[in-house]
Amino acid sequence: MACFLVPMGEAIVATAVQKVVENREKKVGEEMTKNTGLSWSRKLSWLNKLLWGGTILLALEHVWHGEVVPWPPFLTAMENPADISPMLHEMATFGGAMAITITVVWGIMILVAELKAKAAMPKVKERPASGGA
Amino acid sequence: MWLIMTALAAVIVTAIWYVKAPEDKYKLGWLSLFFWGSTLMWLVDHVIAYITEGGEFFEINLDATLLGVAVIVLALFVWEIVLLVSDPKGVLKKALRG
Repeated sequence: MACFLVPMGEAIVATAVQKVVENREKKVGEEMTKNTGLSWSRKLSWLNKLLWGGTILLALEHVWHGEVVPWPPFLTAMENPADISPMLHEMATFGGAMAITITVVWGIMILVAELKAKAAMPKVKERPASGGA
Repeated sequence: MWLIMTALAAVIVTAIWYVKAPEDKYKLGWLSLFFWGSTLMWLVDHVIAYITEGGEFFEINLDATLLGVAVIVLALFVWEIVLLVSDPKGVLKKALRG
């Protein structure tokens, strides 16, 4: 009915967070990425691509099935008061599960990317302290 | 059917992106994540619907196939807009300069 609205809400928040983080990283410079080479703005951009991709294509599916229309109230379930409660239930179950799944998959992605980036970084050999006889 | 078609598109685009990596001039990484996002969401949708409502897991008919095609066309359309806006080859810049 309108399950894609939950990941869409998350996508809007994540996009705003990405913009703020990007600005901060520009101010701080490369300091924030020197541990692994992966900046948080880049990691957040992956989440946003996953969320927006799913949201846009699911919105098309809802239009195709006549659940979303281009005139107010836009959601056909809103036209009938009896359909509002099932719609909210569907948003909580289907939409919530979608948003959680995307976020968990993204979490695994950045975990793997961090591990790979750390493994690929050249190891700095510790030199014994110079000086002394 | 649209889940299978989107998943297939995601797998193909990811393979092409990997072959071309680390170069990503044409934003295939972007397109791949776009397809994977919708594939994951539809997978969750299908699994929950199958558990709670039962019935067939995959809807295989002409309407579902046409929806799959429409979904792929929309994704490619959005990707092309992103490509034209970012203009990695500078084609639009050159064309506009005459």
